[in-house]
Amino acid sequence: MPDATGLELIAQELRDAHGADAVVDTTYFRDKATVTIAPAVVRDTLAHLRDRGFRFLASVHGVDYHPEEPRLGVHYELLDMTEVDRITVKLRVPTDAPHVLSVTPEWPTADHQEREIYDMFGVIFDEHPDLRRILMPEDYEGYPQRRDFPVGGEPVLFTHNEPHNPGYWR
Amino acid sequence: MEVRRERLGAGADGEFRARQLRAQQMLRGELEGPDLQAHVEQGVLTTTMEKAANWARANGIMPATFGLACCAIEMMGMVAARVDVARFGFEALRASPRQADLLIISGRISIKMAPVVRRIYDQMLEPKWAIAMGACSSSMGVFNNYAIVPAEKFMPVDMHVPGCPPRPEALVYGILKLRAMIMAKPDMAWRTRYGGRGTEEFVESELAVDPAAAHAIGVTGGGEGSRA
Amino acid sequence: MSELDVGTRPGGISYREQEESIELAHLPHPEHEELLTLNLGPHHPATHGVLRLITTLEGEVVRDIKPIIGYVHTGIEKTAEDKSYWKVVPVVERMDYLSYYFNAMAYCGCVEKILDLDVPPRAQYLRVIHLELNRIASHLLWLATGGLDLGAISVFWYGWRDRDAVLDLFEMSSGQRMHPRYIQVGGVAEDIPVGWAEKVRSFTKSYPARLDQYENLIDNNEIVLQRLRGVAAVDEQTLLDLGVTGPLLRATGNPWDLRKAEPYSSYDHFDFKIPVGTIGDNYDRYRVRMAEMRESVRIIDQALEGLPEGPYISDNRKYALPPRHELATSMEALIHHFKLVTEGFRVPPGEYYYPIESPRGEMGVYLRADGSAKPARVHMRDPSFVNLQAFKPMVQDLYVADLIAALAMLDPILGGIDR
Repeated sequence: MPDATGLELIAQELRDAHGADAVVDTTYFRDKATVTIAPAVVRDTLAHLRDRGFRFLASVHGVDYHPEEPRLGVHYELLDMTEVDRITVKLRVPTDAPHVLSVTPEWPTADHQEREIYDMFGVIFDEHPDLRRILMPEDYEGYPQRRDFPVGGEPVLFTHNEPHNPGYWR
Repeated sequence: MEVRRERLGAGADGEFRARQLRAQQMLRGELEGPDLQAHVEQGVLTTTMEKAANWARANGIMPATFGLACCAIEMMGMVAARVDVARFGFEALRASPRQADLLIISGRISIKMAPVVRRIYDQMLEPKWAIAMGACSSSMGVFNNYAIVPAEKFMPVDMHVPGCPPRPEALVYGILKLRAMIMAKPDMAWRTRYGGRGTEEFVESELAVDPAAAHAIGVTGGGEGSRA
Repeated sequence: MSELDVGTRPGGISYREQEESIELAHLPHPEHEELLTLNLGPHHPATHGVLRLITTLEGEVVRDIKPIIGYVHTGIEKTAEDKSYWKVVPVVERMDYLSYYFNAMAYCGCVEKILDLDVPPRAQYLRVIHLELNRIASHLLWLATGGLDLGAISVFWYGWRDRDAVLDLFEMSSGQRMHPRYIQVGGVAEDIPVGWAEKVRSFTKSYPARLDQYENLIDNNEIVLQRLRGVAAVDEQTLLDLGVTGPLLRATGNPWDLRKAEPYSSYDHFDFKIPVGTIGDNYDRYRVRMAEMRESVRIIDQALEGLPEGPYISDNRKYALPPRHELATSMEALIHHFKLVTEGFRVPPGEYYYPIESPRGEMGVYLRADGSAKPARVHMRDPSFVNLQAFKPMVQDLYVADLIAALAMLDPILGGIDR
């Protein structure tokens, strides 16, 4: 893992290259480095880290930070296979403007993963080749993984409530 | 699946007695014409032919290969050599629903898959049965959430096999119970032990009965007993 | 053109010649503008679960493929947010339903990392033994269904014979054949029973011979060679770009394996090799998995040899249940037990991504803890979900039969893909 100083160096490089507000925060938790960036510079950041050796995008996943704003987060887990290093890039977008530039053109692995984040959280990835729902039915309304979406469920059917079972097949 | 139960009739005016007398007359050569025909038809068709048909259907069930999730692995285990379902004659798992009798819904049915399951079930030809294998297809299982649906909501299920996943032996037990049901000798199981006669779910019209009265034996402990 | 070519098509090209060249564009084939879109629907005997493939075919050659998933989406991640940390383990286990110990291990490892909880060495070794047994079981099922897809149905019965033996071992140690909730936060749920180690040893002693039998049957079989050799090869850089890990990547020659690269749960105590292939075709994938099973047997033997004495779960009563006999004597134990069973333990706020090497590749769990007794976000980075993206380059311009074989060698598990 890039240690704390390495992380600060990377953050400084990013600030130098892409503006002082490119890097919102750096975190070093349990020996793992995290850079929180502004959503606008996501492609540049990943390209920069790719030049630094982090050539494998292991995971793209979303989080809902409700009730903290901005609510929706997208995390990119990068891996350097030669040095065996991992670094996380995080960004946060609010629900009213959930647009993030898609990294699929340069990192083809993000294709299905970004579609999943769109499906589950409603983050819209601009310039994604095929942004549609991947896990839920295409015409589903709502973003299930958001914290304010109800878990849902059905009452368990016993014999005593069986007559009240909708039984749509009858 | 309708199961008709008829009293055999004790006493001199019961139907059984009448049939006995008619059989006696036939043997003596006293039945003729339409009476004889009616007697023969009754004896052969309603009893023997139906039984034979049920016996054939029950012993040659062809399950459809319908594996959805983890239960499918145990269903494969059932087909495998240790718990060999071929010893009952059920090893011919057909991929096409047109050729299958039994739909073993092995696994959780998500809302995207539910119309597909229904379509497969519709494509099967009568007589057909469905087993909801595992907890997820019967009653949402471990996950009681927005994404899955119990099978009973959109298709009739004949047998529920509990477990998560049920052992292959448990699934075979369930299939054998279904087999007994098909042969019109359904297994009374807990009803014999707790005296729950009259609560069989086989006949739909009985579900119009007040469930509290049907459960008056107190199996469920009277939680909903005050419903009028 | 030999004299066996009976008949020619208009244009003077025989069927035989047409078949040999996949690249049909240069041939004046009258129908090559016609593409057929076929739906290998969710219910299909060969799609390893409910995978829907919309295949665009030109004759029998696959020109485009679009996988549609979501037919077994269970909302596991959403359900996990609703349960206390301890109760998430059974939910998460049912995700990649063939490598259940790995799901639990990734999740528990992540929680332990955030908690900074130490796992006792005996628990680590027990975890390794169960994980490697699960790897063998998973690869056996891959072999069984792969053989079934190729038409070698007898491999199905053989694979299941050994898989039943492994499931018996699981049943002996934890009570369940599948999804046993054995790996817990802080260690394992209970210690192995007396006699288990001997049973595992007898299994590992007999298993390499069985593997030899399978390899004798399959490895040099002419039909297998024709169907798997040189088929569906994808080069390493494409796979890395697509985020593919696991046996698929190792078949191309890249020895990336998290057990060696980022050892977890005392994998660095064991001596084992990472099998790699050469060109990454179906045959290499097959051979890599067979060799991995042998290495797993070695790891299990070493772990059994060196199994240390000690507790099987962490001593920290804030996170692990106290042993039952203490409840009668100690008040603190009773309070801890009560707290753990009702509310569950609380995890201080933090986020972590914990990857392990599952039979299909890098399985990672991202966990966000917000200080309460329930996780705020559990995301499983499932290897099959990412590996499925490699399916298109694998089957581009292959026959439909090769598509089925490639799907078998890809080894997707739809439970993991759909979660």
